[in-house]
Amino acid sequence: MDAKDILGLPKISLPVSQEKKSRPQKDSQRKPDGISREVYALTGGVAPLMPSIDVNQLKKRQQQPENEKITWEWLSFTNSARKDDLKLYHWVRVVNGTPPSGDYSFAKYNKYVDVIKYTDEEYEKHLTDPSWTKEETDQLFDLCERFDLRFVVIADRFPSTRSVEELKNRYYSVSRAILIARAPSPADVSGHPLVKEPYNISQEIDRKRALSMVLSQTKQQERKDAEILSEAKKIMESRMAAKAAQDAELAVTSNTSPEGMEKTTAPVETASPSNIQATSGVAPLMSMADNAAAAAASLRMLRVYLRTYALDQMVQAASSSAGLRTIKRVEQFLQELKVNLKPKVPTKAVCAEHLELRKEILTLLNLQKLLQSKEEGSSHREGSYTETPDTPKRGIDQDRSFIPDSVSFGERVGKRDQKRKW
Amino acid sequence: MARVSIPTDQNDAAVEQSDSTPPHQMIEIEDEENKSSTKKIKDLEICVPIAYGTISFWLGKKATETQSHMWTVYVRGATNEDLSAVIKKVVFQLHPSFSNAMRVVESPPFELTERGWGEFEIAISIFFHNDVCEKQLDLFHPLKLYSEVEHGPLSTKKPVIVESYDEIVFPNPSDKFLARVHNHPSVIVPRLPLTLNLPHAPMEDTRRGDTKDHPHGQWFNRFSEADELLKLAEARQQVQNHIVKLKRRLSMLEG
Repeated sequence: MDAKDILGLPKISLPVSQEKKSRPQKDSQRKPDGISREVYALTGGVAPLMPSIDVNQLKKRQQQPENEKITWEWLSFTNSARKDDLKLYHWVRVVNGTPPSGDYSFAKYNKYVDVIKYTDEEYEKHLTDPSWTKEETDQLFDLCERFDLRFVVIADRFPSTRSVEELKNRYYSVSRAILIARAPSPADVSGHPLVKEPYNISQEIDRKRALSMVLSQTKQQERKDAEILSEAKKIMESRMAAKAAQDAELAVTSNTSPEGMEKTTAPVETASPSNIQATSGVAPLMSMADNAAAAAASLRMLRVYLRTYALDQMVQAASSSAGLRTIKRVEQFLQELKVNLKPKVPTKAVCAEHLELRKEILTLLNLQKLLQSKEEGSSHREGSYTETPDTPKRGIDQDRSFIPDSVSFGERVGKRDQKRKW
Repeated sequence: MARVSIPTDQNDAAVEQSDSTPPHQMIEIEDEENKSSTKKIKDLEICVPIAYGTISFWLGKKATETQSHMWTVYVRGATNEDLSAVIKKVVFQLHPSFSNAMRVVESPPFELTERGWGEFEIAISIFFHNDVCEKQLDLFHPLKLYSEVEHGPLSTKKPVIVESYDEIVFPNPSDKFLARVHNHPSVIVPRLPLTLNLPHAPMEDTRRGDTKDHPHGQWFNRFSEADELLKLAEARQQVQNHIVKLKRRLSMLEG
């Protein structure tokens, strides 16, 4: 029944297509025995590639030799878990006339808690307590035994109103005292959990209170908590970063005297986390030194690195406060000076010189801009320094000693770059 | 309501130290506590200058379509010293069209020679001895078979060699490593402070692992920093002159 017939095309065009047609027919014809067709279809109509369960692993049905006679009989049995001698009846599988032996199979599940029993003398000697009478203690222990140390139930049943923690405290302290008293030497029981970790009633009360507080928190409170935690994390991280920069800073500066160290740590600390700088002269100096110090610190953290990689990092750190255009101008300058942008022989000395050269070119460019703007400024406007466009760059230039104080330093450097035309 | 306590500096110290392995602890602890001594330990970095690259020869008459060049990729000491004191093995990752594209070279000279026809980027991973560094260092180098400067008939005599100079820096070397190599010619170690007591290190056996007599040695570049230093010093001088001039102009404007 071919389209080919209709079209008049030859039948044997592609042997492959013939194969494909016959194969699905074959599959559906073959039905594996043991499984119904519908179940087989669940697997997609194809047998699984690998058997999922190894049949040998399954428990073999114990085929008793055929000669054994098996009957089922209604017999009585005893339960060792019972204190009375009640005899109940159930069906029992009898093999060859002999009934099975052994205890009732469920007797082993009848577990008890070992609640300590003390004598009166022991009570007089070790267990007296101002807030507990002997009667109460006896009642407590009786309930503990009856209810398997389920203190919530015990608290409910307890004749006088005592909290769960109080009951627990009394029970555990009594047990502990008895243990210690009865032990031949203290060392024997020192491994016992009761002795090692005594019940701490105040801690327990606090813990339960805290737990209930957390559970009963409203959604709003949860959100507030999350916010506070994330803020705390941020503060922690910025402190870590500041500390890393500070450590590197201290290593980099040439101050050897401890007093000198003290002075530099103070301005660095005030400068890095917050935007408000304490001293105007020191802060811009710190920002570039900070970058370089952070880069140097991160390099030192590495176990191994290539000199070229180190140079790249330091160059990046040095020009981090410069815009893209400035960086391009630095590279132009380097080319004019016939210096390779990446040194051909990057030894330690060469890299250091290269870095210094780049920094000096940056300084030069900044000076040029400042000069330019000053020349413009003096001819157009009255000398109001607050408008000078170079305030963002000031951070890099270490030669400026005439920085006016009124300008804000916390400005983001990159933004200003785009607005100015050079 | 949540009460949050931000940990004090003690925790920071713990964080920093948790990264260091026992041999380094001495140095890192001193960093933390005794600030004034950081200078002399900070400068103690071990530097291994290397040159790595490829050299390729055209096979001329013996060339076939698929094997027109014989090339060698290598990592050598910049002054042809033996690097096996530092390097344990080098793994060259070739183009997937090569059988066993990942080639491991475990003894000096750390190089690999192959025949082929195409240019591709070779990934070079350098593995160091255990007391040197546990991390590997990765480099990349493009294999060049055809010269970019000389265009003309290919010659079997002149190879196309492309080398790069670089230095492997170990900022915090372990004492064992330091003791082992501080007199080795392949390694640059700064002047050690006299107070540093190095454990006694066994003499390195003098197997010839250096590349001083390498068959292609005549083509190796001799990297000298003198030229660059000179150029850089000149450039810096020029820039400084400019700066002085500008400052003068600025001060005139101010004044």
